Parts: sequence; structure tokens; C-alpha cells
Amino acid sequence: MLEVDKDRARHAVQPQHAFLVTLKVNGEEHRLNVDARTTLLDALRDRLHLTGTKKGCGLGQCGACTIIVDGRRVVSCLTLAVMNQGKEITTIEGLANGALHPVQQAFIEHDAFQCGYCTPGQIMSAVGLIQEGRTRSDDEIRENMSGNLCRCGAYTNIVDAIKDAIAHGLDPREAMTQAVEAIAQDAGREA
Amino acid sequence: MTGTGIGAPVRRKEDQRFITGAGRYTDDLSRPGQAHAYFLRSPHAHAKILSIDTAAARAMPGVVAILTGDDLAADKIGGLICGWMIHSKDGSPMKAGPHPALAQGKVRYVGDHVAVVIADTYAQARDAAEAIEVAYEVLPAVVDARAAQKAGAPQVHDVADDNTVFRWHLGDKASTDAAFARAAHVTKIDLVNNRLVPNPMEPRAAVGEYDPGNESYTLFTTSQNPHVARLVLSAFIGVAPEHKLRVIAPDVGGGFGSKIFIYAEETVCVWAARKVGRPVRWTSDRTEAFLSDAHGRDHATHAELAMDENGKIIGLRAQTIANLGAYLSTFSSSVPTYLYAPLLSGSYDIPAIYAEVDGVYTNTAPVDAYRGAGRPEATFVVERLVEVAARELGMDPAKFRKRNYVKRFPHQTPVIMTYDAGDYGASMDKALELADYKGFSRRKRESARRGKLRGIGFSSYIEACGIAPSQAVGSLGAGVGLWESAEVRVNPTGSIEVLTGSHSHGQGHETTFAQLVCDRLGVPIENVIIVHGDTDKVQFGMGTYGSRSGAVGMSAIAKAIDKVIVKGKKVAAHVLEAAEADIEFKDGKFTVAGTDRGVGFADVALQAYIAHKFSGQDLEPGLKEGAFYDPTNFTFPAGVHICELEIDPDTGVTTIERWTAVDDFGVIINPMIVEGQVHGGIAQGVGQALHEGAIYDESGQLVTASFMDYRMPRAADLPSFQVGMTVTPCPSNPLGIKGCGEAGAIAAPAAVMNAITDALGHEDIAMPATPQAVWRAAQKNAAMRVAAE
Repeated sequence: MLEVDKDRARHAVQPQHAFLVTLKVNGEEHRLNVDARTTLLDALRDRLHLTGTKKGCGLGQCGACTIIVDGRRVVSCLTLAVMNQGKEITTIEGLANGALHPVQQAFIEHDAFQCGYCTPGQIMSAVGLIQEGRTRSDDEIRENMSGNLCRCGAYTNIVDAIKDAIAHGLDPREAMTQAVEAIAQDAGREA
Repeated sequence: MTGTGIGAPVRRKEDQRFITGAGRYTDDLSRPGQAHAYFLRSPHAHAKILSIDTAAARAMPGVVAILTGDDLAADKIGGLICGWMIHSKDGSPMKAGPHPALAQGKVRYVGDHVAVVIADTYAQARDAAEAIEVAYEVLPAVVDARAAQKAGAPQVHDVADDNTVFRWHLGDKASTDAAFARAAHVTKIDLVNNRLVPNPMEPRAAVGEYDPGNESYTLFTTSQNPHVARLVLSAFIGVAPEHKLRVIAPDVGGGFGSKIFIYAEETVCVWAARKVGRPVRWTSDRTEAFLSDAHGRDHATHAELAMDENGKIIGLRAQTIANLGAYLSTFSSSVPTYLYAPLLSGSYDIPAIYAEVDGVYTNTAPVDAYRGAGRPEATFVVERLVEVAARELGMDPAKFRKRNYVKRFPHQTPVIMTYDAGDYGASMDKALELADYKGFSRRKRESARRGKLRGIGFSSYIEACGIAPSQAVGSLGAGVGLWESAEVRVNPTGSIEVLTGSHSHGQGHETTFAQLVCDRLGVPIENVIIVHGDTDKVQFGMGTYGSRSGAVGMSAIAKAIDKVIVKGKKVAAHVLEAAEADIEFKDGKFTVAGTDRGVGFADVALQAYIAHKFSGQDLEPGLKEGAFYDPTNFTFPAGVHICELEIDPDTGVTTIERWTAVDDFGVIINPMIVEGQVHGGIAQGVGQALHEGAIYDESGQLVTASFMDYRMPRAADLPSFQVGMTVTPCPSNPLGIKGCGEAGAIAAPAAVMNAITDALGHEDIAMPATPQAVWRAAQKNAAMRVAAE
């Protein structure tokens, strides 16, 4: 178990409607006291200091904060921390296990980003998409990645990267299982 | 070329941190004891502030301080500045109104800064802001630049009577009018270049800190040019002395121009940090970004092109009204003037050009540089004019362009620029081939059989990049020089740190700049690190914009590397006990000419630092060299983009079927990165043409203030691109680089609109060509057909 709430000073004022929740993120359990209104995104970034997940709009309109919760792609700005008690949460920080995840590797090989800000969300969305098996054509990939904005305009290379990750032996159905198992193993080793 | 040298598609060194979530952007930083700022913004486009009552808000939980424009004035903090002086054609200086970081007496656009609340948490600051009572006297507002110039329009600033900041012109009116008088054909168009919101995915953010022990300040901020930010904050705004202000721009999530400028929020964070004795942080939410990031474009232009009886262009004239918003942003005055009109010659040999530009205040967000900055506006004018002219003359648009291209270099245009090198015909030929232009009519017939309208459009753009010779821009009104600096620090082990004044926020400098070092010094690329974005590390620099980092920033590095080699030869001469004149450097090794005696670069580095082989009186120990590089000319990237698209007349949906881009960027350092820049530029240009448009209603409310209302280009909107290159090395810098960052955004809008108007068969449509606009335009076609029958 990690020490939580590393920034106690900011939370000296007792929030109203505070709840004690256990968030299972990248295979590790974190217990923290959150205001009921705290989004999962803010809890990850501000309380657990997992800043890899980005806030692009806070309104569920850009996809930068996409993470995977219980195997499903979720925009973490539109779900509250208290709603995610006990769920299996995977963020960009939990995707690589020693070696990069095939999608991460493909993003490098295909120059699938520039400034990197939307990238964690793009990668998590791509991992989810592959797992869902909705990658049967370029058009299908493009359509299903359309919730993730990239102002640098790397869309063409993102599509290529996703196809490449699949071509390089990433079985769509196993993609997520692989990631989750890797995290579990990792957590096991540390424990 | 080595495997990681110039020309190699090296995978980016910076990627690892970005794909693992380990990038460190301003909002990712957490400072001990930090307080959070929230800006209370004006809900009105134009109003007098009668009073601000903060008493109730101050009593709210967690509130540390509430500051207003009065507090700024009391502390003698100056206003934000516009760093480029434009003179009107009558010689008078532009009429710049005051631009306080927090409003003083009046607000001038929705989103204008009224007060800042600083509290323990962001939520507390935001809650308290709602408890501030501001009494406004709401005034009539004006949002359209043409309306703002009319008699009786609401006056935004007292200093500008008819809201006109300048009435500027460029070129020779008499010779241009004479060309039109003898023209065999004149083509006339009216164009609106739609207002855009830059929307980098990372919203702007700032953290100000004050260290009372050293009386020094630190600002972490989302900046494309941290040194310029420091200069402006110290010398002009006066929040901190330059030598006691450190500005750090860590990882920055895209800028596209909008993070060049020095805004109110970072000014306030630095100033407030000292006042409250805690770090003060602010991060824009997306709505604030829409309201307060400097917007782009927003021109209305009437333009005319004169041709002789042979279809040769003999003159061009343009009248443009540029909406500058409610205040002059940092470089706003230069965008519709010197970054615009000097490009009105396009790729063409046009003997006479005359342009008039009015810059106008309105009650809208400030307008400044956005990817391309002035050059997309110029290209849109020239390429729409040329396309329409070819249609009116019944000429093939590609042939018409080729007939009028500049073919001999250097070429002096009538509007300042001297094009140094290019081969526009070669780019066109290659583009025609890649696009299978010959097969277009067959594809058009095939589309027609399915009830679809197919069109093809060209954009044969040119841009002026590598901004720019300092003396030249100084004579045009720039407040700063536009050189770049570099320092190459060779460590005793032979590893190298390169300090650069350029800033990377997606451009891949950490890779391309290292490729240059690798190429020149023969060291492994993993032994090179590029340091940027911190005024305490890099002494000074002008930053990244205008596709200048390669042409100017890398040229400075090349110059410093040359000095390192010169010094290295001196050290090697001692080590090898040979005459300095006999030492050669190649492939990472210093050798004595004509012998097999040599010493590696790393060994020379070590010897330079231990200084055992030479007298420290004869030769200074160490191996570290700096350089300032001032360019000798602008650079002139140019190329041809061809857009082929299909319109469904029943739904108005436009589908881009093929995109061909053939660009001449001069020497290319990393083709993979260049291609990515082209893709991104096209995406933004297509966004402008088909989707994006910032709309204010008559009262000055921004009705497109979210991603639900402002339509950004998405993955499903864009096809794969066919990207080709032609290369004419740039003769104006030591590396032959022209720059590539803005080309796509400059080229694309005209290519799309030329294709759409080609498909429709008429010119009556404006950007953004949304499905609704296209559907209406297509209905006009149907009506025309019915009328004809």
C-alpha cells in the first residue's frame, strides 16, 4: 500500500461530504479521503500524483484523460473517484512492464504524436479499441478514435501505429489481459 | 550521412517520456505550499466597471487574497505590450490602448480579467470568485471589424477614434493601378478568412514563485519563448528584475503560436506570488482557453488580379480589414501587415502589387499569430485569386500557375521579399504525377454516376520563414532582434550538452538538434542532450515560432560546433605533436593530414579539460563554445498541395478523397519528423476550411466556446496523405534549411476551397465549408440547373 495524500497541506480544510475510498490503480491499492465531487481524473493527478493522465477539457470532449476501468475505455474527467471504488483502473503509467506495451512501441515507430499531451489518452484509447476488436478497417479505427483530439494532427500516423501494433502479434482480445497481468505481476514483485 | 545524422529518420529521443506518462508539463508540477488562482472574467463584451466588492468573497473558506486592477496600479505594474510598431500610411504610429493584466475601469471582451482570487484550493478560489460583486455599466459592443469602423460604432479604446489601430499599406499604388488599367482581364474576389481558436491540447498554465531570501522569482509557464517572456515581464511590465526572474517552460503540449504571447495570467501569478508569500498556480480550463487564448486569422479581404492578353499576371491589389480584438497582443500588429502582405506575390512573378490593411479593435478576444500567421491569409488570397482567374480565362489551373511562376532566382518581389531559391515547376510536376491529375476527369465522371460532386483544388503556396534578419525586422518595426543563440558544452568524457534558445513543444528538437551534433562531431546520438526552455540554463534566446528553429536555431548550433572543432584542432595539435594547420577533423577523429596518426573526439575533450599537454597560458583549457546566429534572409519554403474531394449534394458532407503534398523545405534533417509536421499542418488547414470557426454573437458572447460547438478536426476527417519532397537547398543559412512547421496550415485552406468550388461549379461559399454551408451551396447548383432547363 502506498502512502496516500502526499500533499496534506492542500487538504488541511476538511472537505464536506468526504468519503474514504480505495482506488486500485495499476495493481496497487490506494486509500484516500476524497470530496464527493472529486473526479477520478483529479484524484489520479492531484492526490496520487499520477500526472500521466492529462486534462484537456474536463468536459469529456477531448479524450486526453482516457484510462481503462474494468477493461473499458473511460474519460476519467466524467467519472467521480467515489464511483470507482474497487475497480481495476489502468493508467498510462501502468501500461509498460519493463518492456513497452506494443501500442507504445508502435507509437514511437510511427511518429504517432508530437507534443505528447494527448498521447496517453490516445494510447489508452487504442489499447481499449484493440481489445474491443473494433479495428477491422482504417475507417473503423478512425471512427473509433474520433473521441481523442490531437491538435498536432498526428491522426494518420496514429492509425498506422494501431494497425502495426495489431500486425505485430498483439491479439486484440489479449491486449488488455496482457496489460492487466503485467501490472499484477509487477505489483506482486514489489510486494 | 551516418545512421543518426542529417537526413536520417531517427526515432525521437523525447518519445519515451511522453508515451509512458512521464512528460512533465506545467500543470503536472506540484510546488510546496502552493496556492491556486482563479480569474474572475468579464461576462460582458464591453462595460464600465463601477465597483468591485470583494468583502463577502474574502470571508470565504481558504481564500488567501483577492487582487484587482487597482492593486496592480498601486504596485506600479505596467500593462501588457505589443512588441511590433506599425505606422499608418500617413506616418502616424499605431494607436495602442492600455492593456492592464487586470481590468482598470473597463472590460473590453467576454473573458477579460476582472480580478484574481487566490485560495488554498482551486475549488475554493472558484467558489469565492462567484461571491465577488461587480457592478457593471454595460456598453454596446461591436464584434465585426468592418462594423467597428463605421460611424457611431461603440468605441473600444479612447485612443482609437474609429477603432482603427492603423491604416497600413505596402507596395506601389501608382504602378499597380497602371497595370490594372492596361489589363486584358481582371479577376475580383471577396474573401473572409475565418477566426480560429488555436486550442493546443495542453491549456495554458503558470506557476509563480518568490524566494524572499534571494529576492528572486521563478515562473513555470507554457511558453514557446521563455526568454522573451522574461524580457517582457521585467523590462516592460516590471513585475521582477530580469536577473532575478527565472522563467522555465518545461514540456509544453503544443503552442501553434498561442503560447508565444505574454498574457495576463502569468504576469499575475509572478506578481501575486510575492504578495501572498506562496507559490501561485493557475491552469486554464478549456472554456477559459476558448475565451482568452489569442485567436487567429479573422480577415476580410477584397482582392483583384490583373492579367494581360496572354494570361500573364501583371498586377495584384488587396484591401484587408484585420480584426485585432480588444487589445493588441504581443505580436498582433505584425501578423496582418509584415507577415501577410509581403507574401502576396505568392510563387508568381507579379511586377506590381499594392496592399492596404486596416487593423481594427473590436470587443473580442485579442487576435495574434496562429500557425502560419499572416502567411495562410496571404496564400488564401493569392491561391483563390489565381484559381478563379484560371477558371475565368478557361485555362487549366496547373498550367496557369506554371506560366506565372517565378523561374529565376534570386527574385525580388515588389513587396520586400527576395526569394533566394526554389523550383516551383518541379514541385507542381511531381504533385500532378503523385495526384494522378490525368485520371481526375475519369474519377469525376465516376463520382457523378453515384450522384456525387468531385472537385480538385490546388494550392501553390510560398511562405517566409526563418524569421529573420534582425536589422531587417528592426527597420519594419520589430521591438526585438530575431537571431538565435546556442552553446555547445563538451564534457570531459566527450558527451555533449547543447543549450539552445529555441523551444521544443512537439517539433522534436531534442532529436533533430542532436542529429546535427552527431553528424558534425561524429559522436553517438545518445551522448548528446539538448537543453532548452529554462532561462537559468540558456542565457538568451528568441524561441520557437515562424518555422525558425531549424533555419535559425540550428544554424546557431552549427556555428558553435564549428568553433568547437577549431578549438579541438588546437588541443589535438598538442596531443599529436603536430602543427595546428595539419590537423583535420572528420568522422569524430582528429588526424594529422597525410598520416595515420589521430586522436578521437572524446580523447581530445578529456585532454582539453585536464590540460596536461599544453600550456594554459597558450591555450585556454576546456571545450565549450557559444554562438549567436543572425540570419541573412528569410527562408522561402514553397510547394504544391492538391486536394481532391467529393461532395454529397444531398447531405452537404465533404469527404477528402486524396491529398497530395509536394514541399520544398530545403535540406531535411529528419524526414519522419518533417512528414509529421506536414500532416499536422494539413490537419489544421483542413480544420479551418471545413470545420472551425469562432463565432461571436452580436452582444459579444463567444458561442463556440467548447469542443462541442467549435468543431476540431478529428481522426475520421482526414485521409492518408501522399507526401513528396523536392529539394532546393536554402542558400541563406549554413545548413540549407527552409523550415516546415507551418506549410500544411498555409497551403491547405486554399486547396480545399478551390476543390470545393471546383466541385460546386461556383464560388459562392465561404470557410468553414460545413455540411450545412455546402448543402446550401449545392442547392444553388440545383436551382441553377432548374433555371437553365
